[in-house]
Amino acid sequence: MEVFGTWLAAFFTLGIISFLYKDNPWYKLSEAVFVGISAGYWFVVSYWDNLYGKLYVGISVNHDYMLLVGAILGIMMILRLIPSIGWISRWPLAFIVGAIAGLYLMNYFSSNVMAQVQSSIMPFFSSTYGDSIFSTSFGTIVANIVVVVGTFTGLVYFYFSKEHVGAFGGAAKVGIWVIMITFGASFGYTVMSRMSLLIGRMDFIFGDWLGMIQ
Amino acid sequence: MKKDFMIYAVVLALTLLFYFVIPKPIIFSTAVSYIIIVLIAVVLLFILIRTIQGKVYERRIVFLFVGIAVVLPFFMSLQQKIELSPEVKALYDAVMELKPGSKVLVSLDYDPPSAPELQPMAESFFELCFKRDLKVIIMGLWPQGPQQAELAIQKISKSPDIQALNLQYGRDYVNLGFQTGNEFVIQRMGGSFKSMFQTDYYGTPYDSLELVKNISNFSNIDFSFNLSAGYPGTIEWVQIGVDRFGVKLGAGNTAVQAPQVYPYIRSGQLVGLLGGLNGAAEFEKVTGVLGKGTKFMVSQSFAHVIVIAFIIIGNAAYFLGERKGRK
Repeated sequence: MEVFGTWLAAFFTLGIISFLYKDNPWYKLSEAVFVGISAGYWFVVSYWDNLYGKLYVGISVNHDYMLLVGAILGIMMILRLIPSIGWISRWPLAFIVGAIAGLYLMNYFSSNVMAQVQSSIMPFFSSTYGDSIFSTSFGTIVANIVVVVGTFTGLVYFYFSKEHVGAFGGAAKVGIWVIMITFGASFGYTVMSRMSLLIGRMDFIFGDWLGMIQ
Repeated sequence: MKKDFMIYAVVLALTLLFYFVIPKPIIFSTAVSYIIIVLIAVVLLFILIRTIQGKVYERRIVFLFVGIAVVLPFFMSLQQKIELSPEVKALYDAVMELKPGSKVLVSLDYDPPSAPELQPMAESFFELCFKRDLKVIIMGLWPQGPQQAELAIQKISKSPDIQALNLQYGRDYVNLGFQTGNEFVIQRMGGSFKSMFQTDYYGTPYDSLELVKNISNFSNIDFSFNLSAGYPGTIEWVQIGVDRFGVKLGAGNTAVQAPQVYPYIRSGQLVGLLGGLNGAAEFEKVTGVLGKGTKFMVSQSFAHVIVIAFIIIGNAAYFLGERKGRK
């Protein structure tokens, strides 16, 4: 059975890769099977973990009747499928958007704003009590300056209430360079990630399937 | 249509050839490896020259070269020098500072597509924990995460060093399984682990598990490690686990997610970070457990060189084409 599974996985892997040559029936079959199985898998997971595991067991075994509120909101959401009363689905949607926005506002403000602003305010000299004031390495001082200047000029670039000319325009230009370098680094990491996926599949093809790798 | 069938026949013939005829495993000597590298470099140079002369190559050539760059290193006996970055060293140091018997919560928030990057991290992290006699509590915010943990533990259990430790499920490690609810699971774990995990991965009641029966919430956890491929993952663990409940957290991320997570290191919200395959290879180096992370890095580097070469070739074609257009 394991050998059959390996051959099947290899068949579909090669089918997906065949798209690099051109669109073809083998690729279409592999894609359709992948999409179908993914949809089926997530449906089963959602059913057993949410509808059965949380809702049914929660109400019938644990007698947590608050779950009925969620169930009713869920049913209201599905009413979107009936055009004449589809407007009811806006209510649970409004509840979800409001609740999530309220929760995320606090989380993001605390973790992604306050903590990041705090970490951008950095000393040029050693801030550790007991250390010599000049004990911070030259590299660290330069890195701190780069972070502070990069953050400041990046923000200047996104300030559109003043024309980008003179010293302000110069700072904005530095800012766009910083942003471009950031995007470049991000793109480099994305390439690395996608290559890793390809390496994983090739390791499967040449190792697990064909047994050519030691 | 006829051409398509010809190509399918060629693929089938190659498959049968590789499967039944070619002796295995294939290993190139160092000299042969270098000859292959030089040949590839010569061909790339030829493509660059032909591009400058005005010849336009189609995209399949790029795919072919990337494929070759990824596959050939599997058969080469080449080693890549791996430098240790501060964020990987910081994670390693944080684990090494834990006293034997400390409780480590590991959340595996990824699925098989991200396994090439994250599975080597999981394997080396578990191995380090077990060798240091740390008690590991596994969970997942992604349905396949706990299964990936099972695979990792099965794999490292074959190592003689781990076998000698005589690990026992329930005493040395526990797999609490998957829990639906994304970041709200972390939030509720802050109050009570048991409210989220009434049973473990195998259906054993929470209170019957020796390792976790006295753990009520994050205050009983000494260190947490999150392997993440997206949402929910490290960002949610930082926002809720770290900033709300004071969890000491290290993370391993796919490379595509790592740039979003790096700022959390500087701010001290993350203890350390393993970013992508490179991070996995570095962690394998520092722990001394060389695995697929290290092995895959040669392919990764080869592929990057090919990508850079084709960026140069593509730019040459673009600028020369632009100049011709002006004329």
